[in-house]
Amino acid sequence: MKPGTLGAACLAVIRRDLTLSWRRRGDALNPVLFALVVVTLFPFALGPEPNQLARIAAGIVFVAILIAGVLALDSMFRSDCDDGALEQLVLSPHPLPLLLACKILVHWTTTALPLIVAAPLLAEMLHLQHAVLPVLLAALALATPLLSLLGAVCVALTVGMRRSGMLLALLVLPLYVPVLIFAAGACDAAQAGLPYLAPLLWLGAALVLALVLAPLACAAALRISIT
Amino acid sequence: MSDFLAMGGYGVYVWASYAVFFVLLAIDFIAPRLRRRRVLAELRGRLRRQQRKTQENPSP
Amino acid sequence: MNKLTLWFHKFGSPPVFHRIGGLLAPWLFAAALVLMAVGLYGGLVLAPADYQQSDAYRIIFIHVPCAWMSLFIYFFMAANAFIALVWRIKISEILAMTSAPIGAAFTAITLATGALWGKPMWGTWWTWDARLTAELVLLFLYLGVIGLYHAIEDRRQAARAAGFLALVGVVNVPIVHFSVKWWNTLHQGSTVRLLGPSAIDSSMLWPLLVMALATKLWFFASLFVRARNDLVELEAGKDWARKVALGEGDGA
Repeated sequence: MKPGTLGAACLAVIRRDLTLSWRRRGDALNPVLFALVVVTLFPFALGPEPNQLARIAAGIVFVAILIAGVLALDSMFRSDCDDGALEQLVLSPHPLPLLLACKILVHWTTTALPLIVAAPLLAEMLHLQHAVLPVLLAALALATPLLSLLGAVCVALTVGMRRSGMLLALLVLPLYVPVLIFAAGACDAAQAGLPYLAPLLWLGAALVLALVLAPLACAAALRISIT
Repeated sequence: MSDFLAMGGYGVYVWASYAVFFVLLAIDFIAPRLRRRRVLAELRGRLRRQQRKTQENPSP
Repeated sequence: MNKLTLWFHKFGSPPVFHRIGGLLAPWLFAAALVLMAVGLYGGLVLAPADYQQSDAYRIIFIHVPCAWMSLFIYFFMAANAFIALVWRIKISEILAMTSAPIGAAFTAITLATGALWGKPMWGTWWTWDARLTAELVLLFLYLGVIGLYHAIEDRRQAARAAGFLALVGVVNVPIVHFSVKWWNTLHQGSTVRLLGPSAIDSSMLWPLLVMALATKLWFFASLFVRARNDLVELEAGKDWARKVALGEGDGA
């Protein structure tokens, strides 16, 4: 690919981020372990009765994955902010939203994809009905990129802050509530034998919208934070 | 008068609501005034320090 | 330059705003208190007891105006944030950030009085219906804006970042409302309606509207008082702020 073109720039961003995460590939397991811990704690809190757990299994899996995702959001820009690469990215002549979209894609691949892979295990621990599992995975496949995109906008606002964890959670909550409602709602509908396509389609529509708008918002937020 | 206070048996809820309203508005009234006092005092302190500095090191 | 634009430009100048705000605020507070007295007399004494809810309904004279204010202030904040981000006008930045705590206070009053009304009427302190839940999310939005504003050192950058967040939130509020409504139908949960379908009687309506106006005036009064503080702090190096601090008048 010809160096200096937009495609080369995007590829470079993707390759750099993938290489950096590969060098710390153990870290990719952290969100998975966290979700595992959360899911393990629930039966101790609620009692091991399978029917009771099965009723709320999908919701618990979603909340566990969502919280693990929030904890992993910070790593999106943290290391680049620390070593100055983020400023170079903002100063680049290529459109910043596109470069950020590549970063968000890699971040989703390294943090959310392992969670989706672990989801069947988490679901089985909570006795989720097997018929609901495909719907759960579909909802996760649609919801987690959405969470990454929306989360990226909030992380861009708090980039460089030392102890931004609690503030970040506060910022993403209002944005995550509708996503959680529709994703868990699809699973609940499937569990009750009702049609579940509508909420999944809403998620899909929101995802398409976010794919276009979130990188733009993220770029604007980043330009405000890095002045 | 006691009918007024009892509010048809719901007195606790009605008066608690009005109390919440007035207490929060009172806080909203007082807090900026306290802050103003602090801001102006800080500003005066800063001005004093600046004056002292220019007195000790008069520009050549 | 015609008179309107001249006035607009002057009002945007910090010392002028400081002086005019200082003159207006006491009158706005006084007017708000008078209207509150009138409205609450009408609501607590003059209006008859409700057919279904007896005297407990009188909470609406606090709950509903505060709910309206929580939304009005959010849009006011978002509008100023938009102006601040696009035109970088200092006054707009300050007005946006100053409205946030007042809006959060009104939202908190709405939630608290909603719970106090729900308990005797529907037997529960809290219900996850669309309006109450959206109000709770609105509180989180306010707290997020306030938190972000205080987390960044540079005041102007902080105002821009928090203002951006407020704009993102403006888009989010109707989405949350819609999704919670859908969520409620899915779970066939309690679709409690805080204001029943019956039309409100005029004897109950006018105190409500008076209270709505009173809370609006209170908001602007409080806004001016708080904004003046933030202005003095922001412009601390300027001559007019120095004059204010030393009590030599408003410096305008």
